[in-house]
Amino acid sequence: MADMTATLPGQRRRPFVMRYPSVLVFLICLSLFSVGATILSEGFGIGIISTSFIKTLGKTLCLCLVALAMDLVWGYCGILSLGHMAFFGLGGYAIGMWLMYERTRLIVAENLALGPLPPTPQELSDGIATQIFGVVGASEFPPIWAFAHSLPLQLLAVVLVPGLLALVFGWLAFRSRVTGVYLSILTQAMTLALSLYLFQNDSGLRGNNGLSGLQNLPGLDDVGQDALSVYFLWASAFALGGGYVLATWIVSGKFGSVLRGIRDDEARVRFLGYPVEGFKLFVFSLSAVIAGIAGALYYPQAGIINPAELAPIASIYLAVWVAIGGRGRLYGAVIGAAFVSLLSTWFTGGQAPDVVIGPLRIQWVDWWTVLLGLSFVGVTLFAPKGISGIVDWIAERRAPDRHGKDLGPAPGSLREQEGQE
Amino acid sequence: MSALLEVSGVSVSFDGFKALNNLSFNIGSQELRAVIGPNGAGKTTFMDVVTGKARPDEGRISWGEPPVSLLGTSESKIAVAGIGRKFQRPTVFEDQSVADNLVMALKKPRAPWAVLFFKPGRADWDRVAELAEEIGLADALERKSGELSHGQKQWLEIGMLLAQEPRLLLVDEPAAGMTAAEREKTTELLTEAAKTRAVVVVEHDMEFVRRLNCKVTVLHEGSVLAEGSIDHVTKNDRVIEVYLGR
Amino acid sequence: MALNFRGLCVLAFCLIAAPALPQNSEAPVQQLLQEHGEIIAKGSRKSIGPAIDALAASGLPAAQVVLQRWQAKEMWRNKDSGLFVFGEKDGKELRASDVSNGAEIGTFEAKGFKQLKPNSGVRGMIGAALVQFQLSDPNPEKRLVALRAIERDPEASHLVALRGAIAGEEDPDLLASKERLERLLTIRFGETDEERITAIAAFDGDLGVDVRAALNPLVRTRIEVAESLPDDAGIAGTVAVDGETLTRDNAYALLVEADLAPPTVQKSDIAAALVANIENGAVAGIEVASLDNDAARALAYAELAKREIVPPAATEAEIDAALATYVFFERFIGAPPAVAEAALAALKDIEAKVALNQAADLALDAVSLASIYFLAAIGLAITFGVMGVINMAHGEFIMMGAYSGYVVQLFVPDHTLSLLIALPTAFAVTFAGGVAMERLVIRWLYHRPLETLLATFGISIALQQIAKNIFGTQARPLTAPDWLDGSLAFNDVVSISYIRIAIFVLALLFLALFLFVMNRTRLGLEVRAVTQNPRMAASMGINPDRINMLTFGFGSGIAGIAGVAIGLYAKVTSEMGQDYIVQSFMTVVVGGVGNIWGALLGASMVGTLQKGIEWLNPSNTLAAQTYMILFIILFIQFRPRGIIALKGRAAEA
Repeated sequence: MADMTATLPGQRRRPFVMRYPSVLVFLICLSLFSVGATILSEGFGIGIISTSFIKTLGKTLCLCLVALAMDLVWGYCGILSLGHMAFFGLGGYAIGMWLMYERTRLIVAENLALGPLPPTPQELSDGIATQIFGVVGASEFPPIWAFAHSLPLQLLAVVLVPGLLALVFGWLAFRSRVTGVYLSILTQAMTLALSLYLFQNDSGLRGNNGLSGLQNLPGLDDVGQDALSVYFLWASAFALGGGYVLATWIVSGKFGSVLRGIRDDEARVRFLGYPVEGFKLFVFSLSAVIAGIAGALYYPQAGIINPAELAPIASIYLAVWVAIGGRGRLYGAVIGAAFVSLLSTWFTGGQAPDVVIGPLRIQWVDWWTVLLGLSFVGVTLFAPKGISGIVDWIAERRAPDRHGKDLGPAPGSLREQEGQE
Repeated sequence: MSALLEVSGVSVSFDGFKALNNLSFNIGSQELRAVIGPNGAGKTTFMDVVTGKARPDEGRISWGEPPVSLLGTSESKIAVAGIGRKFQRPTVFEDQSVADNLVMALKKPRAPWAVLFFKPGRADWDRVAELAEEIGLADALERKSGELSHGQKQWLEIGMLLAQEPRLLLVDEPAAGMTAAEREKTTELLTEAAKTRAVVVVEHDMEFVRRLNCKVTVLHEGSVLAEGSIDHVTKNDRVIEVYLGR
Repeated sequence: MALNFRGLCVLAFCLIAAPALPQNSEAPVQQLLQEHGEIIAKGSRKSIGPAIDALAASGLPAAQVVLQRWQAKEMWRNKDSGLFVFGEKDGKELRASDVSNGAEIGTFEAKGFKQLKPNSGVRGMIGAALVQFQLSDPNPEKRLVALRAIERDPEASHLVALRGAIAGEEDPDLLASKERLERLLTIRFGETDEERITAIAAFDGDLGVDVRAALNPLVRTRIEVAESLPDDAGIAGTVAVDGETLTRDNAYALLVEADLAPPTVQKSDIAAALVANIENGAVAGIEVASLDNDAARALAYAELAKREIVPPAATEAEIDAALATYVFFERFIGAPPAVAEAALAALKDIEAKVALNQAADLALDAVSLASIYFLAAIGLAITFGVMGVINMAHGEFIMMGAYSGYVVQLFVPDHTLSLLIALPTAFAVTFAGGVAMERLVIRWLYHRPLETLLATFGISIALQQIAKNIFGTQARPLTAPDWLDGSLAFNDVVSISYIRIAIFVLALLFLALFLFVMNRTRLGLEVRAVTQNPRMAASMGINPDRINMLTFGFGSGIAGIAGVAIGLYAKVTSEMGQDYIVQSFMTVVVGGVGNIWGALLGASMVGTLQKGIEWLNPSNTLAAQTYMILFIILFIQFRPRGIIALKGRAAEA
């Protein structure tokens, strides 16, 4: 018994990376991937991979990051948020506002400089506003564009807007003890409300036109898209790596224990004296911030953002990725997002060969969604651990007997009871 | 002896059904108390009210010295104030190791920020080891608690309660589904705990209550029917009537 | 009267003499025409009036035919005798007939006659005169057509005609219409103020759109300006500058227009003036490069004005002073003041009443929207509320039901019959779908709500895409039978379409059906038993698996029927389910889970709320939905378990 007490603390004092070897493996894989993509790229390498595919890879990394954020709230804290892409989209809008403003400003200033008189600030501002809001029949800047001229302020908005929205929404929802499927539906309603709002022409964000031309960085016109795409790939990779380490740190240790406790039996954690709402709020807001950052990196690579990106369906797809990858482990979320989104790009891009069964000709562009939907049912039914369950299978680690409920609520927990109501 | 917990005139009703009816209950700071009663007597509701899970319609609950009202306080704050509760079904975090379960229960700051930066020190591990020894799970510290037997889970839960260092322990049917040997051990744990704090045991099993050898409160239809030693209450006509039926 | 007497005599004479005389030059119509022969032949719009009036007022039975044929350019005049005939030209010949009775006279050489070719102005006047005859036509349908024609395009001349046609009207409906129209025309064209005001007063509180259309032009005003308020009648009131009706710029523009103030110079004018006066990179000695703000530009312009190169611009202070000196007021220009005042008062009354009726209409709209939500949500209330199974594919069952209706309609062209077949077909299809889904997926996921949510979502996207692959992306029509077309109108403001009434009735039927099944049948009893305690129910010989399967099928089947109903009023697309799923969940959550009355209350609340918000902000239904969802999120704060919440042990069992 004595050596037990002696060795236990020692075991736990090993360096962070040693305690969580998956972090090291992950960072190495990510670095190899980024370096490999750079070598094969058109911008800096031998040009085997097209610039558009580099962008796809960079976007995929951002999707992995938002999936990581999703896993943090869902896999670890049991909050199935069906509105996380709202935070992702808000991050994109925040950075998009600056990109669009600044680029338009440069163009308008250039045009006005050709006139006989130097432009007044009012003329400049009117010119930019007409350029940006002409499509929705407005010619003045809405109040929410007050900070669009400043990159630092908009970068702050990337973090603050999703974070504050999550904080307010989470405070309202958690305070009234909305849990389980109710919470999921409420988050879905949140993103639906947001996307409907943004679809209006007088929302101040160009209605269903969204923000466009985001792939052109103002002031970097000399740098080609082939180089920019690699820069963004690296930026996304750094964000993903950082996010992974941060998430690992959060879910390890006592905080992680409490989170998993909340997932499995919220009431019990409460009776242990932990302010459950505070923990949920912290994780939810943090995850929203990560999602916002992911969105801010994604949309400059995508070039355009519109309210459809915030539709409830997008958030549900996010849940699909995490579930297929395997929730409750960070690498599972990353694998799921990368695997499904790349596969999806391949299938819907029309590159996949048609399958001919007798007179039937299955075109993947049409049938991929059906396959995805059904495979999702399959994963839920037969492989609740998702793709990363293979890791367990290889390691032949025996999961604890959870009465056949993998990572679900423990018997007797509140969420199970809700299902019976 | 001044009371640690004083419940007076508490009533709770659900859709017209009075689960607690003008219930009054006192317990001192170092006392073991058994609460018995037939189904629907209001035992669980009584614990719900004390731990903040249910809101009473009327009545007062005061706690500690100087007495503060517990009405309208959240579950987590009541737990931090020093009331620990063990549920009927063993509820431990099965996905996590015994050590993790115990570390989570240790009396430490509970705020998210403090928990995020918490690093268990040498003293904490010593305390965990000591508790594990006490509940007989010293060999199982690194095992996932889901792998434990039913009785072991019960003990782990009691261990977690002790780690919280509460001044009042509310224990709901600790002996349910236990073997005779396990019961013995449980009795020992509870009587030991009651030396330094107040313990309220809600139990069905008269034999187990007799073994605890303490003051007994009998609940019936939401209020106290009788109070006293086990021999005293078992001789009470009303108690016999309620338990055996007419 | 004398004319009439003479007319009768002549008519009698004619009857006897007709066969003998080829052309009756003595016929009263001919005589009348001869009286105005010259101006008729001249055909000038300016002078023709008396001739047409005389014909119209003559009361002669032949006058209508004469006017019609004159209008149709079928009247000719004998160049020698000056007599008028009806003629049909055939080559060089003219077949002539008598103007008094249409009897054929014979065929003559066309060059002996001159055709009357009334121009369009004259034809219009003839048409107006003819109206009177149409209004008194023995055929009531023709009278109605004439009335409608006047309503569409009223003219002052119609008023007299209409008044003349009221006395003889026998049909009570037509009489009412005529009297109403007479008053409307009096409002517009009445000669004295008194009669117009009387007519206006008669419409007090009338909701008709035509009344408002007649009154609105009377209260038109024009903003005028003067040094002091004139004390003549016809002033509607003063207007504050920079208020809702008159902006500061417009007010000053009025002053400039009335030559009461010097014109202002716009920023663009300043810029243009500066550009025109750039010399050597400077304007009036000020560097062009420094002209990058309005203050500097104003300074440069003032400098130019000082050199008298440009007219001086009014400064802001001068504008304010000018505006303060004068008073702006509104003058009635649509009608004499007394009439305008009366019209204004009547409009105010009418608007108050319209607002009241609009509220009633809104309530009807809300009820119908609520019944749609209720229909969409009732199936969900069963699967989610009773069984605790969250079915994200519920919307797709609605969609499947609607497509079943569409397919049935492809094979059965009769809409009534196809609807009767479609309802059970939709139920059968979605019932089967629901049972299959329960057996294959949901059964394995009971008590794991989040997993159920995700799995059913997978089914939802698969079903949606399959529907898209089969039926394409464009909306398919599901046509309602003819007897559901149209709407029930209480008055010009309050109305509800029959389809919405049908949906409302359907919702009530389903409520009754649900209550009956749950409370009065063996199935309902077993369902309630399984819901409350599956193990106990199983031990009493109830097969919980079977019950769950049937319940799920039942809920899905109702969704299918709801789909047919919704398809009748909205378009059928593969994405229609998505439009209802969130609202349906909201309905169930707001109402309280596990309770049909909760679903009813929830649907009423969500429907009323949405319509209410739409009314406050009618231009924007998207915003209405946004605010509604926000409201629901807040509502959940106060009643986390819905309007009808289960309490205590029942809530936790």
